[in-house]
Amino acid sequence: MNQALVALRSFIWKEIRHILRDRQTLVILLALPIAQVTLFGFALRTDVRDIRLVYVEQQPDAATAELRTRFERNGRFTLIPANPASGSIAAAFRAGKADVALVIAPGLAEGIRTGRVAQMQVIADASDPNTGSTMQAHVLAAITAWQRDLGGRGSGVVIEPRIRMRFNPTLESVNLFVPGLIALILTIVTALMTAISLSREKERGTLEILLVSPLHPWQIIVGKVAPYMILAFINVVSVLVAAWLVFGVPFRGSLALLLAGSTLYALVGLSLGVLIAASTRTQLAAMLAALGGTMLPSTLLSGMIFPINSMPAPLQLVSNIVPARWFVEISRGVMLKGAGFPELWLQFAVLAGMFAAMMSLAIRKFSVRLD
Amino acid sequence: MSAMPEAAITVDGLTRQFGDFTAVDAISFSVAQGEVFGFLGANGAGKTTAIRMLIGLLAPSGGRASVAGFDVATQSEEVRQRIGYMSQRFSLYDDLTIRENIALYGGIYGLSDAEIATRGGRLITELQLDANADSLVASLPLGWKQKLAFSVALLHEPRVVFLDEPTGGVDPLTRRAFWEMIYAAATRGTTVFVTTHYLDEAEYCDRVAIMVDGHVAALGTPSELKAQFDTSTLDEVFVRLARGSGAAA
Repeated sequence: MNQALVALRSFIWKEIRHILRDRQTLVILLALPIAQVTLFGFALRTDVRDIRLVYVEQQPDAATAELRTRFERNGRFTLIPANPASGSIAAAFRAGKADVALVIAPGLAEGIRTGRVAQMQVIADASDPNTGSTMQAHVLAAITAWQRDLGGRGSGVVIEPRIRMRFNPTLESVNLFVPGLIALILTIVTALMTAISLSREKERGTLEILLVSPLHPWQIIVGKVAPYMILAFINVVSVLVAAWLVFGVPFRGSLALLLAGSTLYALVGLSLGVLIAASTRTQLAAMLAALGGTMLPSTLLSGMIFPINSMPAPLQLVSNIVPARWFVEISRGVMLKGAGFPELWLQFAVLAGMFAAMMSLAIRKFSVRLD
Repeated sequence: MSAMPEAAITVDGLTRQFGDFTAVDAISFSVAQGEVFGFLGANGAGKTTAIRMLIGLLAPSGGRASVAGFDVATQSEEVRQRIGYMSQRFSLYDDLTIRENIALYGGIYGLSDAEIATRGGRLITELQLDANADSLVASLPLGWKQKLAFSVALLHEPRVVFLDEPTGGVDPLTRRAFWEMIYAAATRGTTVFVTTHYLDEAEYCDRVAIMVDGHVAALGTPSELKAQFDTSTLDEVFVRLARGSGAAA
């Protein structure tokens, strides 16, 4: 075997031993993704059974009474008495006594009879956006069913439900989280862990020994990165399995494409980690830089939680340089839309470009050696 | 082994500047194969900068240096293959066992598995670590760690081994044992380039260079230096040189 390969092999073995020997960290790294998916799975559970509905008839009549009965018999709703003053609805939301309010404008029966537009407003507590939107959907479904059953009597009537989400206008569906979660986990394992493990060598002085040895910078970097690559791969697969088991998150596209995307994104994260370690002096600094420089943008600016097109223009611009943004587009595209490479080539190209740029910078930084 | 006429280390006008500050100012000396060469100096005298240039961690700003027959600036790869290095900081991996550390360094220097097994086995026996070979290095006392680190630095049989304050924080008995290991290595033909703070250790060296303010202020065998300064201890030589520099500055 080639001497370079012998050296690389022993270096990778060393890294694997480091990882295996630090049991605590390893357990955290393996369990964390599954725990996160499960937590997300339960925290964002959307099968809402008992919806507390504030039913407000601004002018009770036969039609409002009929609709009230339908809600009472639906089984999904608990009606909460309220006086028509809108302040009491907000108070009930704040006190956590109500989930949704349905406010019916005066003249519902009249509107049905004459075929005029009848107005009603659905207000949902969207402090938990997913539950909020689900509950609101249930209210609308009940109204639509009633409207259909009105049959001939109601023909021509237009019920115009005006929807307002209180407290949190951004709505995210639960399925959108899992693809984003893969990005977050990959970021932790790759950027954070490589930055820590490499800066640890720097801090302890062992990196100096490696740099004096015949190892090339690329061998040190590949040796550092390879074991975490394996770990990242295990994480992606376990998140996918957990997401599928816990949520039944759909997987519409090609698994191979998603794994290819994950590998590329992991490489970006790893080179970022190497770059961070090369630019910081201590483990602590590297850790903080990795947390602040990768995890926060990955969470906040990737579109994982907050839709990019609802961000202010400058932040939208910044999100372009956040690798997670591009990966989230890949993972969502593949998992939720069944997108293939023709639709996602741009994202792949951007990530590949980022990887090439950061890796060459990282190798350069190491070639300059220590100062 | 063929005869090696050239010196193990040749330094000629070697200089390193950091901005306006000249840390190492045109130093010249040479070290013969198999020699134990002590490199002394107060903190900030430039000895760490000099050693870092010799092992390829720092590029010289001027002058030339060759180690094991290769230029440190242009042939660093050849140099790296032929030197061993032990830093003042502990240089093995605490969370690997003794055997694993040996296998790692052997592998990095391109030794075959068979070579690693024989040399590693010999090393462990010589250090009387047979019982601990599979325990973590973290469990060893510091003195043992340093002896192990030195042996590991010699595993690939380098022509020159650089030791940067190898005995810092080690008890006198272990220091003594450590120096016996250094002699043994030199006897086998390895050149030992060692920096130290301990003047009594300098007495063990074949020759000593004392650095003051980036220059080699004195160079010779310990007895030559003592004769030159007309004192009985190297300590006194060192203090006089260091004071002289302080007065000048």
